[in-house]
Amino acid sequence: MEYFVQQLINGLTLGSIYGLIAIGYTMVYGIIGMINFAHGDIFMISSFIALAVFLILTSVLGFAFLPVVLLIVLLVAMLFTSAWGWTVERLAYRPLRGSFRLAPLITAIGMSILLQNFVRVTQGARVKPLPPQIQGGIPLMDGMTDAGPIVVQISYMQLIIIVTTVVLMTVFSLIIAKTSLGRAQRACEQDRKMAALLGVNVDRTISLTFVMGAALAAVAGLMFLLLYGVIDFYIGFLAGVKAFTAAVLGGIGSLPGAMLGGLLIGLIEVFWAGYFSVEYKDVAAFSILAIVLIFLPSGLLGKPEVEKV
Amino acid sequence: MTTGSEDLLLSVRGVETYYGKIVALRGVDLDVRRGEIVTLIGANGAGKSTLMMTICGDPRARAGTITYDGRDITGMPTHEIMRLGIAQSPEGRRIFPRMTVLENLKMGAQLVAPEHFEGDLKRIYDLFPRLKERAAQRGGTLSGGEQQMLAIARALMSRPKLLLLDEPSLGLAPLIVKQIFEVIRELNRTEGLTVFLVEQNAFHALKLAHRGYVMVNGNITMSGTGAELLKREEVRAAYLEGGRH
Repeated sequence: MEYFVQQLINGLTLGSIYGLIAIGYTMVYGIIGMINFAHGDIFMISSFIALAVFLILTSVLGFAFLPVVLLIVLLVAMLFTSAWGWTVERLAYRPLRGSFRLAPLITAIGMSILLQNFVRVTQGARVKPLPPQIQGGIPLMDGMTDAGPIVVQISYMQLIIIVTTVVLMTVFSLIIAKTSLGRAQRACEQDRKMAALLGVNVDRTISLTFVMGAALAAVAGLMFLLLYGVIDFYIGFLAGVKAFTAAVLGGIGSLPGAMLGGLLIGLIEVFWAGYFSVEYKDVAAFSILAIVLIFLPSGLLGKPEVEKV
Repeated sequence: MTTGSEDLLLSVRGVETYYGKIVALRGVDLDVRRGEIVTLIGANGAGKSTLMMTICGDPRARAGTITYDGRDITGMPTHEIMRLGIAQSPEGRRIFPRMTVLENLKMGAQLVAPEHFEGDLKRIYDLFPRLKERAAQRGGTLSGGEQQMLAIARALMSRPKLLLLDEPSLGLAPLIVKQIFEVIRELNRTEGLTVFLVEQNAFHALKLAHRGYVMVNGNITMSGTGAELLKREEVRAAYLEGGRH
């Protein structure tokens, strides 16, 4: 039981990170129907930005009060990563709008390779470490397992990740549901031509979607950096594939689906690693995806079209 | 309602539109004056909807000029044209299927200052009480007639100076068509709303409109007042007696 609770906490933490990245995939797919394969690499770049800003603040400028430092790092990383997301869309995808369907997809793969190698060349191929910044946690329960005594705890780091994710998701869902920007985004998603006929600047709305996705990926990037303490130019690939899987599992195009998919992928991975074998955790996650798609082709929360003509 | 030619709201001159290499409009001339209801009739595929979309910049005219309110709008992007006070209820209605009726109306009002919203909404609900009953329902679940009302209502929510209506009667029961045309006449009479109406239902459209144009194969072949056109033998033969559906 105690072991289970501990794994549950670990799974939710990992799932939060996947979910934050998955939103970027699902929103972009929703609005322009393309898989932005470079999104995982935007996440990777955000973790590098976060590391750089963190080091500048602490080592060069000598800030010491951690909460303020992390808040500044978060905001700056979101800002710069958004700029990356915006630029990628503007340079690589917008010129291809109206082109054949595969063109932006291929460009996205190219963009992904470009970003990875850009970071490899400028930052080096070796991993960048960051010593643990946030230590300790809240013990929840004691217990015994076959392997000996165990203290179930939620670390402060995990708590921060889960709380931040919940807060961001709430804010984000409200933006989509209630604001005129969110309505314009949903309008573009459902009928771009009609949205333009109502005065919506479609190009700008699409740009903002990329910006929002990148900003959330930046949050995930900072969390990843703090949680694992090592990053390299390749982390975007696997995290990206997992988050993309999460988006498809939840139903691509659906925001709650992306979050749910992220949590499920995180939980499956952690539980599989905890109870069966670490080696096959990715296989387990992808197998679940395959099984779900056989029975629910549009994902768990994917919406079948309800339209009357 | 008769106004001088200096009071042109919309003027289309020599407009040609292509879909790829296929020509859809072959040099169209057409005028809409302030406060008028003008209708464009013609058979399926004549290019009526294409003209309506070309006015809105999608597709762009390859030749000719479109002037709106004294301003050349020929090359402008769609969303900027619509911000000048043109609203369209397009072919196929294009209701946002996964938005509620209320959200669809909010989309229509998104360029209007928010303080007008409540008042405008009340006015729309007075015109179309059915929409009020359906306010929380998703657009995609409405009946055809309700969707048509919603498409017109959404266009009206933007407080347009020029309302473009593309086949509001298509696929609707005669009673609903009558209702919708009554609303259009009422808005024109009480608020001086200028309307450009594309219709296959020539009889009703010509009775409603002050002036009409007939389009054949991407060309304007006839024009005149609604009453004149209704009497013309060619119009009767092609669009009323034989062509009625």
